[in-house]
Amino acid sequence: MFELWFAIVCAMLAAYVVLDGYDFGAGIVHLFVARNNEERRQVLAAIGPYWDGNEVWLLAAGGALFVAFPRVLSAGISGFYFAIFLVLWCLILRGIAIEFRSHLADPLWRAAWDFLFALASMLLALFFGTALGNLVRGVPLNDAGWFSLPLFTTFSPSGVVGILDWYTIGAGLMGVVALGAHGAAFLTWRTDGEVQRRARLGAKHLFRAAVGLWLILFFETHRLNDVLSVLGQRPLGWLGVALALGGIAAVHHGLERGKDLTAFLGTSAFLAGTLVATAACLFPVMLKSIDNPALSITAYTGGGDEAGLRLALRWLGIGLPLAIGYFVMNFRLHRGKAVAARDGEGY
Amino acid sequence: MNEDALFWHRLQFAFTIVYHYLFPQLTMGLALLIVIMKGLSLRPGGDAWALAARFWIRVFGINFAVGVVTGIPMEFQFGTNWGSFTRYAGNVVGHTLAMEGLFAFFLESSFLSLLVWGEKRLSPRMHFLSAVALWAGSWLSGYFIVCTNAFMQHPVGHATAQDGTLRLVSFWEFLFNPWALAQYAHTMSAAVVTGSFVVAAAGAFYTLQRTHLDQAKRFLRVGTFAGLASSMIVAFPTGDIQAKLVAEYQPVTLAAMEGRFETGPMAGITLIGQPNVAARRLDNPIAVPGILSFLAYGAFHRTVKGLNEFPQEQWPTNLELLYYSFHVMAGLGTLFIGLMAGAALLSWRGWLHQVKPVLWALLLAFPFPYIANTAGWMTAELGRQPWLVYGLFRTAQGASPQVHSGTTLFTLIGFTGMYALLAVLFLFLIGREIAHGPEADHV
Repeated sequence: MFELWFAIVCAMLAAYVVLDGYDFGAGIVHLFVARNNEERRQVLAAIGPYWDGNEVWLLAAGGALFVAFPRVLSAGISGFYFAIFLVLWCLILRGIAIEFRSHLADPLWRAAWDFLFALASMLLALFFGTALGNLVRGVPLNDAGWFSLPLFTTFSPSGVVGILDWYTIGAGLMGVVALGAHGAAFLTWRTDGEVQRRARLGAKHLFRAAVGLWLILFFETHRLNDVLSVLGQRPLGWLGVALALGGIAAVHHGLERGKDLTAFLGTSAFLAGTLVATAACLFPVMLKSIDNPALSITAYTGGGDEAGLRLALRWLGIGLPLAIGYFVMNFRLHRGKAVAARDGEGY
Repeated sequence: MNEDALFWHRLQFAFTIVYHYLFPQLTMGLALLIVIMKGLSLRPGGDAWALAARFWIRVFGINFAVGVVTGIPMEFQFGTNWGSFTRYAGNVVGHTLAMEGLFAFFLESSFLSLLVWGEKRLSPRMHFLSAVALWAGSWLSGYFIVCTNAFMQHPVGHATAQDGTLRLVSFWEFLFNPWALAQYAHTMSAAVVTGSFVVAAAGAFYTLQRTHLDQAKRFLRVGTFAGLASSMIVAFPTGDIQAKLVAEYQPVTLAAMEGRFETGPMAGITLIGQPNVAARRLDNPIAVPGILSFLAYGAFHRTVKGLNEFPQEQWPTNLELLYYSFHVMAGLGTLFIGLMAGAALLSWRGWLHQVKPVLWALLLAFPFPYIANTAGWMTAELGRQPWLVYGLFRTAQGASPQVHSGTTLFTLIGFTGMYALLAVLFLFLIGREIAHGPEADHV
């Protein structure tokens, strides 16, 4: 049961990264791929109907973590206290930037929100990448299963660590670049004209950089600790790596041949595969102790309750298909290229 | 964990939840009124109602956006600030919090853009159904939150595990907690009160301004009729059932809400008076005898226990604020029924648009349901003290042990600044919508 819920939580988080990831990515690249108001409305029209629903995956994953592994949730997010509030404030600013921008036709008003949208998207991608880096590196858990981290110490990923060190910053940069590529691939698929042309170019360069960082981080992780050493014994780990490699091939193929959907599915597979492989290697550890493996909080010590989780499977079995149903409906209703809405008809 | 940090944790949660709930109480109430307006617009010749709905959907959209972004921090603060509570009760309350995301938020987010932007693309019937879906989503979301709170007020369906944390034993008992059903009916009807007062206030505003007169008449009609119905339901039966539950399961809270120290029959309800905790009495009270006994137990002669019957460590920790909150809520609720009864009668007779004093009263009344809703939640939450989960887990045990007071004060200040900015933007955009009015083309 705990193994299953570990998988459910990881799958929901991966769904969150892939789905909200493309609208973060659209935010990261939009100042570059969309130069005037018409083009920026095109970008917003492409993500407008989806971003709010995508963000719900974060809340759903948080809820699943809450019920299945309350010790992980409470220790994890109270330990990263400041970082979590920075994330929350960026999510607030980003949400109102998207929703409030089009209420006024004034160019200064719109320019301000455009900048904020880009900045908040970029910071969030940086924070989420850094968070993943912290989980792989480990945190200084105490006997009672709590920790707190300073923002940074010596920037070394061993000894007395902070949230930021060169390894976690690397993971944060990877987050920005990879989500940027993902968002650019999404825009290549969903827009046309100049925006599409620039997005395709952006996706190509950003994705190349993302694959480079991915390789560097792979070897640095190998040097840092033994997380990756079990990769050979974990079939899901191999599957994840294969998915990521397949994604890389699909992006290359898709961007070269103008098969835009293939390229977008490729960046999605790249992100999802990387996350699956990471989770498979970490299992059963959910919050890794940096110095004492005995203090790590695992899926078995995460505070879950078997009987309660069996109950939760029932509502999950109803709720998840419903959520996927709305999602498919929403995509079908807004299929086709996004065109900049005329005033009064959308974002 | 020191006392100081606990205070800031509580203040931050209280501030962020009170601010957040200013928006959902309007959107939940307005969602129902929009469904009514969209329903009326489906009848032959209902175009004017479609126009009315369009105006309120724009107001709804702005409120909804602020509600969403201020709602996200709420779920996270259980973990950041109340980590020990999450550990203790996560296995139980995690169910409803996760179900809210799965069953309510996905539904709302999928239909929001259809409702706000889809009128030209969808058939009138489909657009009406989007309004219904959004109403259902927002009210479902309300249920999961109220159900979570009801568990904290009156825990049912649980057991304590060997490690001292809570386990869910009966899902259905937990999900259909009698406290949750009563509190939900009370809270939702109170949200409709807020929605109705806002719609009526807009109607009064345009009537007094002599603009958009046709729409103003519609706003006044919907606002006053829904306002009268919902204000009455808030008091009876929902408020009444709620009071009886408090009397049964939280008798010390009932005594504190009324500032009642002495035990005795024919317990009265105080109209004016200040609790004096040090002297254990109510200063200069003006009370109507017997009413509290009647409200709590259905008979005037029944004995109501006073605070003196209970050890002081079981008393709600902030007795004065609890007392004032309850009286503000109950007093305003009574005034709402009076105002709306008069206004609805005038509207029904077709005279309301000529009676300026009543129009002025409706215009200036719209902030008060917000105050009453807030005071009502303060009554519920202050009344729950000193417990986080009533009778099981004290508030002082709930905070994250390693988060210091200065850290929390810092994030509280951050929220204050962020929310001040949001308030300015919100008022600016809503002000523009009101100035444009229901007939202007949207920019």
